[in-house]
Amino acid sequence: MGIVVENVSKNFGDFVALENVSLEVPSGSLTALLGPSGGGKSTLLRVIAGLEEPDKGTVILDGQDLTASPARERGVGFVFQHYAAFKHMTVRDNVAYGLKIRKRPKDEVKSRVKELLDLVHLGGFADRYPAQLSGGQRQRMALARALAVEPKVMLLDEPFGALDATVRKELRAWLRRLHEDVHVTTIFVTHDQEEAMEVAEQIVVLNQGHVEQEGTPRELYEQPANEFVMSFVGPVNQLDGHYIRPHDIDVMVDPSDQASEAMIDRIIHLGFEVRVELTHHDGSHFNVQLTQPQLEELELTEGQIVWVKPGRKTKFEDGETKISA
Amino acid sequence: MSSNVGTVPRLGAKATGRVRRRRAKSRLPRVLALTYLGLLLAAPVGMIMYRTFEDGLQPVIDSLTTAEAQHAFWLTFLMVIVAVPLNTIFGVITALLMVRKRWPGKWVMNALIDLPFAVSPVIVGLALILAYGNNSDIGGWLVDHGIEVIFTPLGMILASIFVSLPFVVREVIPVLKEIGTEQEEASETLGANSWQTFWKVTLPAIRWGVAYGVVLTTARVLGEFGAVSVVSGKLSGETETLTLRVKERFEHFDMVGAYSASMILAVMALATLLAMNIFKKEDS
Repeated sequence: MGIVVENVSKNFGDFVALENVSLEVPSGSLTALLGPSGGGKSTLLRVIAGLEEPDKGTVILDGQDLTASPARERGVGFVFQHYAAFKHMTVRDNVAYGLKIRKRPKDEVKSRVKELLDLVHLGGFADRYPAQLSGGQRQRMALARALAVEPKVMLLDEPFGALDATVRKELRAWLRRLHEDVHVTTIFVTHDQEEAMEVAEQIVVLNQGHVEQEGTPRELYEQPANEFVMSFVGPVNQLDGHYIRPHDIDVMVDPSDQASEAMIDRIIHLGFEVRVELTHHDGSHFNVQLTQPQLEELELTEGQIVWVKPGRKTKFEDGETKISA
Repeated sequence: MSSNVGTVPRLGAKATGRVRRRRAKSRLPRVLALTYLGLLLAAPVGMIMYRTFEDGLQPVIDSLTTAEAQHAFWLTFLMVIVAVPLNTIFGVITALLMVRKRWPGKWVMNALIDLPFAVSPVIVGLALILAYGNNSDIGGWLVDHGIEVIFTPLGMILASIFVSLPFVVREVIPVLKEIGTEQEEASETLGANSWQTFWKVTLPAIRWGVAYGVVLTTARVLGEFGAVSVVSGKLSGETETLTLRVKERFEHFDMVGAYSASMILAVMALATLLAMNIFKKEDS
């Protein structure tokens, strides 16, 4: 087992950051902690790293109970949202930091640093200072710095949160590839469901200090445990007390069995995807996701009256998820 | 601009008139500020320089090479090399305690640190006499063990430490707040203990704040008069710093002696100010 968290609670004054959180992360996996800000995901990550002391509960890394150990003895690599680069050191010295603390021989430090800088594509930047790097480069440096000491687990706290959209997309794909190469047990925190689904093998949804659900991206999307997960992991409509994904609604121009009337308010072109905003005959608003070819085939226009028929519907009753087609 | 005036004479002439008035207006604060500084700072300091060298270099050299002058210079230097490092170490530790730790009674500490700024130096001197004078409990006990504080260089050093205590703390606290804890936490997760983290990460990050605090502390110790004067025995060649010597020479109508000691102080103060400006530039 890679990382085991058992019944961890943590309060900050009156604020309950974590309440009885338990978690198991398999060795070598790539797991996302997903949730809204203030949901407790960063606190959980910091508890695992030893940067925050839990009020109660246990943290076990590689079979060892490390709850009482300080961060420096846990063998974790931690990457911060704002990079936490050592500003007065060159990129090379930043990456070499952990190795120098461990008093490794000079030759070894030198070759290891070079190897890592090549791994994160910063080979030519060894003599620069963090201020001379872009945000994405700084975060790659921080990753190399954390990887240098061969941590048992890597913990990334909103690692791409401070970067702009393009760089963020690039780094997501890169992180996945890196994980395939290095294969160290990794947890990363994000509030972006798309990022979690794209990068992680396993997702843990945290909200208001407790785990709402854990599973693969597909499980979360198709069998959400409750309303919160349903609406957090993807766009959702509420129609007649049911939750329906925007792509699970059929739009027809002619009346048909089981279909109900709605008016098109707006058609938004997002490229291949088209979002159609409608008002249901009962007055509620919802939207439907179509593809460009579908839209052209139906010849929809704004203001038009259409008939809609929900496909896959989800209902949450008595703590159970009921799915009907 | 003059070519513009040539091409569009009527409009141009109007514009330049307005511009000229505006310029004169914007120059006014500058002139006021410079006059103020000139009358209050530059003129008196300049006069010291002028008066010192009025009768040539020889009287100055003679006056500065007397045993008493040399001793005053040495004592001032001693106070700086004792008070500044102590207050720097104390200042950095205190700033770390104030910013990085949570503990009861922190607000008391916060208020106490500023006490030397709030209290008049004369009162500092009197308070030291009350606490460490031969008639006090602590002072009496110390005298029994062969340590005299008041009217000795030791008491003067204590006074200097007291009045210059807040500078490093107050310079370092905002810098510590600004750098945040992430770099220190990163260092910790990379395997460093607190001592290693302090030397390799925290101290380099706050170095300009510390340096600035050291400069201000030095300037204050060099120039302190009131507190030191109260606890000094005022014996030339024994418990006389440069500032005290200026007054002593002045009272004995030895103008060259007073002026040349002043000049040495002014030169040292200017040197520290220069250092401060260099640090400021490095910092930005």
